[in-house]
Amino acid sequence: MAVCIAVIAKENYPLYIRSVPTQNELKFHYTVHTSLDVVEEKISAVGKSLGDQRELYLGLLYPTEDYKVYGYVTNSKVKFVIVVDSSNTSLRDNEIRSMFRKLHNSFTDVMCNPFHSPGNTIQSKAFDGIVSGMMVQTASTV
Amino acid sequence: MESLTLTDVEQKYYSDLFIYCDTDNTKKVASNGRALDLFRAAQLPSEVVLQITELCGATRLGHFGRSQFYIALKLIAIAQSGLPLRVESLNSVKDLPLPRFVVGKNEAEARHAALYQDSDSQGLYPASAAAVMPRPPGRGLQNKKGTPSATSLPAHEVIQPLAPSIEPQPEPTSPVVSPQQSPPTSPPSWRKHKRQTSGGNVDRPAVVAPTGAVWTHFREPQAGPVPADGMWPSHSPPPPGQESWVSFTADTPPSIPGMHPSSVQESTTIRTVASAAMTNEIQRQSSGYDDPWKITDEQRQYYINQFKTIQPDLTGFIPGSAAKEFFTKSKLPILELSHIWELSDFDKDGALTLDEFCAAFHLVVARKNGYDLPEKLPESLMPKLIDLDDSAEGSEQTADVGYSGSPVEVTPSKSPSMPSLNQAWPEMNQSNEQWETFSERSSSSQTLTQFDSNIAPADPDTAIVHPVPIRMTPSKIHMQEMELKRTGSDHNHPTSPLLAEPPELSDEANLPASLKFVAANTVGDGYSSSDSFTSDQEPTTRQRSQSGTSPEALKVVAPPPPPPRPNASHSRSSSLDMNRTFAAAAVAGQPQSSTIAYPPAVPPRPLPTQTSAPHTGHRAEAEGASGGGAALSTTTSPQQIPQQPNFADFSQFQAFAASEQPSSLPEVDIHSEPGQVEKTSEGAGPLRTVKSDGQADERASATVNSAKGSGSGSGSGSGSGPLAPPPKPVRRRLKSEDELRPEDEQHGPQKSNVIAAVLATQPSIPRSVGKDKKAIQASIRRNKETNTVLARLNSELQQQLKDLLEERISLEVQLEQLRPFSHL
Repeated sequence: MAVCIAVIAKENYPLYIRSVPTQNELKFHYTVHTSLDVVEEKISAVGKSLGDQRELYLGLLYPTEDYKVYGYVTNSKVKFVIVVDSSNTSLRDNEIRSMFRKLHNSFTDVMCNPFHSPGNTIQSKAFDGIVSGMMVQTASTV
Repeated sequence: MESLTLTDVEQKYYSDLFIYCDTDNTKKVASNGRALDLFRAAQLPSEVVLQITELCGATRLGHFGRSQFYIALKLIAIAQSGLPLRVESLNSVKDLPLPRFVVGKNEAEARHAALYQDSDSQGLYPASAAAVMPRPPGRGLQNKKGTPSATSLPAHEVIQPLAPSIEPQPEPTSPVVSPQQSPPTSPPSWRKHKRQTSGGNVDRPAVVAPTGAVWTHFREPQAGPVPADGMWPSHSPPPPGQESWVSFTADTPPSIPGMHPSSVQESTTIRTVASAAMTNEIQRQSSGYDDPWKITDEQRQYYINQFKTIQPDLTGFIPGSAAKEFFTKSKLPILELSHIWELSDFDKDGALTLDEFCAAFHLVVARKNGYDLPEKLPESLMPKLIDLDDSAEGSEQTADVGYSGSPVEVTPSKSPSMPSLNQAWPEMNQSNEQWETFSERSSSSQTLTQFDSNIAPADPDTAIVHPVPIRMTPSKIHMQEMELKRTGSDHNHPTSPLLAEPPELSDEANLPASLKFVAANTVGDGYSSSDSFTSDQEPTTRQRSQSGTSPEALKVVAPPPPPPRPNASHSRSSSLDMNRTFAAAAVAGQPQSSTIAYPPAVPPRPLPTQTSAPHTGHRAEAEGASGGGAALSTTTSPQQIPQQPNFADFSQFQAFAASEQPSSLPEVDIHSEPGQVEKTSEGAGPLRTVKSDGQADERASATVNSAKGSGSGSGSGSGSGPLAPPPKPVRRRLKSEDELRPEDEQHGPQKSNVIAAVLATQPSIPRSVGKDKKAIQASIRRNKETNTVLARLNSELQQQLKDLLEERISLEVQLEQLRPFSHL
């Protein structure tokens, strides 16, 4: 269960960011922002060696004492960042991957919507639903 | 008493009322003022009202809190339905119609204004989120309508929870409609109004009841904020509403403007006069209003017509951009349109089929009429195939997948990579029935599959043969043809000999060429792979293949086509395959080549005889027809496998020839020879000849192998006779032997040596068996060629292996690169 999920556009501005409301959202925003550096590093490193073929799932970007940050980047340089609580050690890599896959699918659906302009923030309810399903279920129902 | 359970409808209704009454935005309703007016409007005796207020606790508090208000409302409803006022009855009364309040016109206006204000304070709306269906709207509408409605109002300005249905404003309390609120009231007025105004839409008027029902449904599922109240009043009267139906089709402007005011007020949604639309729909749905989202036939027809204006093909797709333009005309906010799209594009392919389009259109209409968008696509709007593949639809619908085939295919392909595919689908499958689409696709895929399979026969050999591209010099195509034919003829090889002449001729033509090729060591074709032997093999193989193909009228074999392909197959495939190939080829080619082999075989003979004299003598005797081609050994080894006996004979023969080979070989030779002799003697028809030749060749090859083995001093290893492994080692030995030999006479490729050896043996072969000798020689050459080819293939494969290993290493390194953080 994620604590924060963010979608960042190619130009590195956020398209969608959602955090568990109980915590200081600013902290997550900052975390996501700093994780972008790691993402860039990863995609540039891999790009050199393999050229086009690049794994979309970037894996653990970096951990802190409180949480871990996972990254995923699409072929169009749209980045998904998931922040999970470090205490939640039960999350396996596969689960994170599946979360990213779901995110990617939902994102694709949003993009398919002709009424959505790429570059605009994502306002799709379906996407919100998916993200909510992945967020940590806190007591306070938002 | 405080524990009041309300149905959703009631909840919404009450919250609307509460908000209406809560003029001060304090979440409390003063005992006086609106609340009282409201209660009075309930047309209950004042004592009852007092009682109610007491019961709900308002008198205690001095004001109506929300809960008190709700309780009061419920009590009013109870009272109106004639039930005794009891606290217990609050929760026990089921299906209680909503309290009805009759409102006077002025009051309505006042409320209307109030509503406007209320609309601003959307926050007041209960979190129940049900869209507040404001009575006021009805009233407001009425007001807006002005006189006509006003006049009609009195008739039924009852804010009926549901309205109603029909003109007479009957007890809208029909349980079904009861949940509905205000709109119902308006409908009646609208109805009249509509009748007055609406000309175009047929059923518009008075779809009150259904509308009400629909309304309810709309409300319930909807979770989004519906600022309702404010909207209501702003909604234009029915006519615009009616037109809104069609509005954004082409004549949008007229209706839209009407709605604009409301939209302006409305922050999020534009609700046209809900009642208008609702009435229409209600009327239509009068029969089935239990499903508010159901599209009536008329509506559907209308939708279909609209669809046609965009996409003439009813089974086609409307691309996203066109749909966007179309629906944008409805002047709904982009956000809402986006949501509608999300709901209606069931297969998420970025395009709308007819069903999806109808659903979207229906949602837009509903939205324009004030219905809140559902969170989930209602079942009745799920894309269903209009036409039917009943079975498909049924299954699909039951599965709630909507579209039949396509969703199955489409939904799975929701992966990121799929969107493009999905979008491609609309173009591909211009079928409303995704089933058909699906079938088309499947058929196309099937055709594709078939196509592949067609190619398969041709490819396998090539694929199997050698991953390495054949360096064919001369006619690649020719070779391919050969390969193909050979592939095809592989199985025919056994029969090819039957064809005899032509193949033989072709073989002969090939043989000389190959021989020359060999002799000159002109592996210029690229065959001269590192292993001359293989190059030897190649020509032989080619010949074989050619012979195989010849039956199929490949008579253009004259030029020495580089044999790579056939050889490649040999090398790549398992020894068994090779055996089969070789065997087939050998069988096919040898007999043919044997017959043709004569002339070409002659020249090299003298040379081989020199060197191979020592063992040729033996071999010649033993083999007769068995052309002891050293080259054949390798190539024939695979052939040998089926011909183990020959091999054994050969080895025996070798033993005789002072070879160190196990007796098995000689035995093989011996056996083969007699057989050969017999067969040669038989040689009645070409068939037999061919067969014998083939066998002779094989045996010859076996003998050659054995001879070579013996010559090289290496035990054939085929001790017990038919053993697969032995041939190989023997082959190699023979090969090496060939290598040794070439030094003597033909310093060219080993194959030449082999051939030389073979030829050397040949002279010793009784001339009476000249024909067989030729065949043997031909087979020997073929085998040599095959050997060379195989050797080349082997080297190529080795190279590939190295490359792959390197690649693997690089991948591992990359993996390591990607893993740095995984340790954390």
